[in-house]
Amino acid sequence: MIIEALIAITFVASMAVLLAPDEWAGRLAAALSLLPIVGSLYMWSRFDATGNALTGGDPAFETTVQWLELGGYTLNWHVGVDGIGLPLVVLTTVLTTLAIVSAWASIDDRQSQFYGLMLFMEANLLGVFTALDFFVWFVFWEAVLLPMYFLIGVWGGPRRKYAAIKFFVYTNIASLAMFIGFIALVFGLGDSVSSLDMPAIAGALRAGELGSLFGIPAATLRSVAFVAMFLGFAVKVPIVPFHTWLPDAHVEAPSPVSVMLAGVLLKMGTYALLRFNFTMLPETATQFAVPIALIAVISVIYGAMLALAQQDLKRIVAYSSVSSMGYVILGLIAYTTYGVGGATFQMIAHGLISGLMFMSVGVMYNTTHTRMVGDMSGMADRMPVTAGIFVAGAFGYMGLPLMAGFAGEFFIFKGAFESTVHAAMPLFTAAAMFGIVIVAGYLLFAMQRTLFGSFRLETDYEVGPAPLSETAPLAVLLVTIIVLGVAPDLFFGMIQDAVDPLLEFGGDLS
Amino acid sequence: MTPLQIQLPTWAAVAPTLLLGLTALVLLLVDSIDPDSTRPTALAGVATFGSLAALAVAGWYLLAGTGQQGGAIELYGGSVVVDGLSLFFTVVVSSVVAMVSLASYDYLRDRTYQAEFYSLVMLAATGMSLMASSGSLATVFVSLELASLPSYALVAFLKKNRGSVEAGLKYFLVGAVSSAVLAFGISLVYAVTGSLLLSDVASAIGSAGDLVGVAGVGVVMIAGGFAFKTASVPFHFWAPEAYEGAPAPISAFLSSASKAAGFAVAFRVFAVAFPIDAVVPMGIDWPLLFAVLAVVTMTLGNFAAATQENVKRMLAYSSVGHAGYALIGLAALSGSGPNGNVMGASMAHLLVYGFMNTGAFLFIAMVEHWEIGRTFEDYNGLATRAPVACLAMTVFMFSLAGLPPFGGFLSKYALFYEAIQGGFWWLAAVGAINSALSLFYYSRVVKAMWIEDPTGGFDLGATPLGLYAAVMVAAVGTLLLLPAFGPVVETAQSAATALFA
Repeated sequence: MIIEALIAITFVASMAVLLAPDEWAGRLAAALSLLPIVGSLYMWSRFDATGNALTGGDPAFETTVQWLELGGYTLNWHVGVDGIGLPLVVLTTVLTTLAIVSAWASIDDRQSQFYGLMLFMEANLLGVFTALDFFVWFVFWEAVLLPMYFLIGVWGGPRRKYAAIKFFVYTNIASLAMFIGFIALVFGLGDSVSSLDMPAIAGALRAGELGSLFGIPAATLRSVAFVAMFLGFAVKVPIVPFHTWLPDAHVEAPSPVSVMLAGVLLKMGTYALLRFNFTMLPETATQFAVPIALIAVISVIYGAMLALAQQDLKRIVAYSSVSSMGYVILGLIAYTTYGVGGATFQMIAHGLISGLMFMSVGVMYNTTHTRMVGDMSGMADRMPVTAGIFVAGAFGYMGLPLMAGFAGEFFIFKGAFESTVHAAMPLFTAAAMFGIVIVAGYLLFAMQRTLFGSFRLETDYEVGPAPLSETAPLAVLLVTIIVLGVAPDLFFGMIQDAVDPLLEFGGDLS
Repeated sequence: MTPLQIQLPTWAAVAPTLLLGLTALVLLLVDSIDPDSTRPTALAGVATFGSLAALAVAGWYLLAGTGQQGGAIELYGGSVVVDGLSLFFTVVVSSVVAMVSLASYDYLRDRTYQAEFYSLVMLAATGMSLMASSGSLATVFVSLELASLPSYALVAFLKKNRGSVEAGLKYFLVGAVSSAVLAFGISLVYAVTGSLLLSDVASAIGSAGDLVGVAGVGVVMIAGGFAFKTASVPFHFWAPEAYEGAPAPISAFLSSASKAAGFAVAFRVFAVAFPIDAVVPMGIDWPLLFAVLAVVTMTLGNFAAATQENVKRMLAYSSVGHAGYALIGLAALSGSGPNGNVMGASMAHLLVYGFMNTGAFLFIAMVEHWEIGRTFEDYNGLATRAPVACLAMTVFMFSLAGLPPFGGFLSKYALFYEAIQGGFWWLAAVGAINSALSLFYYSRVVKAMWIEDPTGGFDLGATPLGLYAAVMVAAVGTLLLLPAFGPVVETAQSAATALFA
C-alpha cells in the first residue's frame, strides 16, 4: 500500500498547499514534499523486487484491485515497482523538493497555486513510474500535462502563452498517436488478453500472439503500432525532429519548472519507450535498429551543435538535453545489459545533472536578470559558490569520471559497442561519442565567457552571492551526483536485475 | 428467525417520481401560506431536500435491484415501467435538480415568483423522471409534455429581459412543432400496430405487411421528436438561443437533465418497441438514421462551438456536440452485437455529463451573479480573484474535453471503446476527432481564466454560498466519477442489456 499512500499523500498535500495563504505556501509545500521523499527512500530500503515487472518478474509493493470492466477487458488498479521504476520514483521525489525550495527566491506571484501545481505534478509523475496497468498509466501520463501547461503559461517568461500551448498541443497529439498504436495492439491480441494489464500484454506480445486486425496482417500491425508509439514517446523525449517545443518551453518556463521538465518529464518519454516499444516489441525494435540508432546519433550531434550556436545560457542547457537524451535512445536500441541498463542509469544521471544546470542558471538569472552569454562575464568573482557548482555540473555533463554522468555514458557506450542488433552499431556508437567533444566545446565556451574574466555586467541590481535557499538545493544535487558517480551500484544493481530479462527474446540475436 | 422484511406495495416503485411531484406541491403550499414574502431559504431548502430525497430513493432502489432482478415492475397495465434504466436516469435528473435548486438560492435572490420557479423546476423534473419510466407511447407523449411546458416558462423566466423572452418563445415554437411531429409519428405507429404499449408495438410491427412505409415514417417522426428534446440535429437550433437567454441555472437544467431524459425515453422506445432484428430487415434501419444524426450532430455542434465569442453560447453548442456523442448509444447497435454495452456506456456518459455540464453552467451563473460579462475576454485573469471556483471550472472544461484524470475522460473512452467493440470503429473515430477538436475551445476558457492578464479590475462582492456549494459539489462529483466509474458503467450496462432481453 506504500505506493498508493505516496500518491495519495502527494495529492492531498497539493490540495492543502493550494488552499494555503501565499505567505507560507512555499514553506508548507517543501515540508509536505519531504513525506514522499521519506516514502520513496523507505521503498528503496525495503526493495525486494526480482526481474522485470513486465516480463514475469516480481515487482515490489505490488497491488492489484479490479477497477472496472469494459467489453470483456478488465481495467485494474495495478501498481508496483521494479528496478527500472524505483530509481525514477526516487528521482521524482528528490527533484520535486529541490525544485520547490529553489523556487522560494524567484516565484512571488500566486504562490499557493504554483506550489500546489508542483505537488500535483509530482503525484502524477509517481503514478506514471509505478502504474502497471495501461489505463491507469495513461491517466497519470496525461494528467502530468495539465500542471505543466499552467506552470509554463502562468509563471513563464514573455512568450509563455505561445510556449505553453505549443507544449500542450505537441504532447497531446503525441499521446493520441501512442494511444491509438497501443490500443491497436491490444485489439490485435484478441482473446489472448482479457485486461489492459501491462505485464499480461507484454507477455502475450513477446510470445507472438498478435493476430490480424481489420484485415491488417500481424506483421504490418506490429510495425505500424511500433511506429505510432515510438512517435508518441519521441515527442516527449524529445528527439530530432520533434524537439522544437522543448527550447520554447524551457526558455519560457521559470527555472524550477525547467528543472522538473528536464529532470523528470523528459524521462517519461524514455521510460515509456523502454516499457512499451523495447520491452513489448523487441523484435520489431531490432528490425528498426538502424533508423532508431540513426535518430539517436542525429539527436546527439544535432542537439549539441544547436547548443553550440545558442547565446542564451538556458537555451544551451535546453538543447544539451536533446543531445543527452539521444544517448539514452542509443543505449536502449543496443539491447545489451550495459546498453539498456546504462540508458536507465543515464535517465537518473541526466535528471540530476540537468536539474543542477537549470537551477544554477536560474540562480544567476535571479541576481543578474539576464541569461545572455554575451552580457555576463566574471560571475565567479561575485557568486563563487554558484559558479563552482555550475562548473562541477558542466563537468558532470561532459562525463567527468566519478560523477553520475560518466557512469551513465560509459555504460551506454560499452553496451552499444558490444551490441549485436546490427553490424553497424559500433559505427553509430563512435559517431555518437563524437558528441562528447561538442558538449565539452559548448560548455567550456559558455563557462569561459560567463564565469571567468573580469566582472563587467551593467545592471541596476546588486550582484552577489545567492541566498542559502538557492544554494542548498544545488549542493544537495551535486552531492547526489557525486555519490551516484562513485557508487553507481546503488542503482545499477537493481537496474541490471530488471533489464536482463528483457534481453531474452526469440529474436535474431545470438 | 428470518430478518425483518418490509414488503412495499407495487406503486412504491415510482416513489422517486412521486417525491419530485410532491415537492412541487409542497413548494406551492409553502408559498400560499404567506404569498407576499419571499422565503428564499425555505423554498430552496424544500426543493433541494425534495430532489435529494428522490435521489436517495432512486439510488437505493437501483442498488437494491428493484425492477432489475426478476424483470421490470409494470404499473397501470405497462404504461409505466420501473427498471434499471428508469432508476438510472431518475438518479441523473434528481442529482442535477438538487444542484440547480441549491444554486438558484443565490440566483433568485431579490427576484419575484420564486416559489413558482422552484415548482416549475420540480414539475419538469417529475416529467423527466416519468419519461424514463414510460412504457407506452401515450405516457411518452404526456411525460414529454409535462417536462416541456414548465421548461418553456422557465426559459422565459426573466420576463423583463428581451433575450430571455425571445428564447422562451423560440423554444416554445420549436417545441410545439416537435410535439406535433412526435404525436403524428405515434399515431402512424399506432395505425400500423394497433397498440401504444411498447412491448405490443414490438410484437406487432413484424407483421406490418404493406404498411411498412407508414411505420417507417412513424419511426422517423418519433426520432424527430426525441431529437428536439435532446437538442440533436436537425431540431437543435433552439438550443443555443434558449440556453443563452435562459437564466443560467435553467440552462444547466435543460442541457443536462432534459437532454438525459430525452435520451432515456429514446433508448427505451427504440430498443423495446422497434427491435433491430425485426425492423431492420423490413427496411426501417433506425440505427443508420441515428448514426448519421450522431456524426452530423457532433461535428456541427463542435464546429459551431469553436467559433463562439460568448462562453455561454460556446457551452450551448458544445452541449449539442455532446448530444452527438450520446447518440452513439443508439447508433452503434446491430442485430447481433452486445447492444447493451454501448447503450450503457452512453448512459454512463450522460450521468458524468450531468455533473460536468451542470457545473459549467452554474459557474457561468456565478459569473453572471458577479456581473463580470459573458465573452472570453471578460474571463481574462479571473483566476487571480476566484482561484478555487476557477479550478472547478477548469475541471469541468477538461472533463468535457475528455482529458484525464476527470470523469469525462473515462465516460468518453468507454463510449468510443464499446462502439469499436460493436464494429462501429468509424463512429468512434469521428467521435475521437471531434473530442480532440473540442479541446481547442474548452481550453480557451481555461487559458482566459488562468493565463491571460486581467483587463480590468474585478469587483466580485460576496461569495454566493449556494451557487458556490453547488459548483463544488459538481466538481467533486466530476473528479470522483473517475475512480467510481466502474459501478456506474456496470449498472448502466446491465440496465441497458435488460432492454434488449
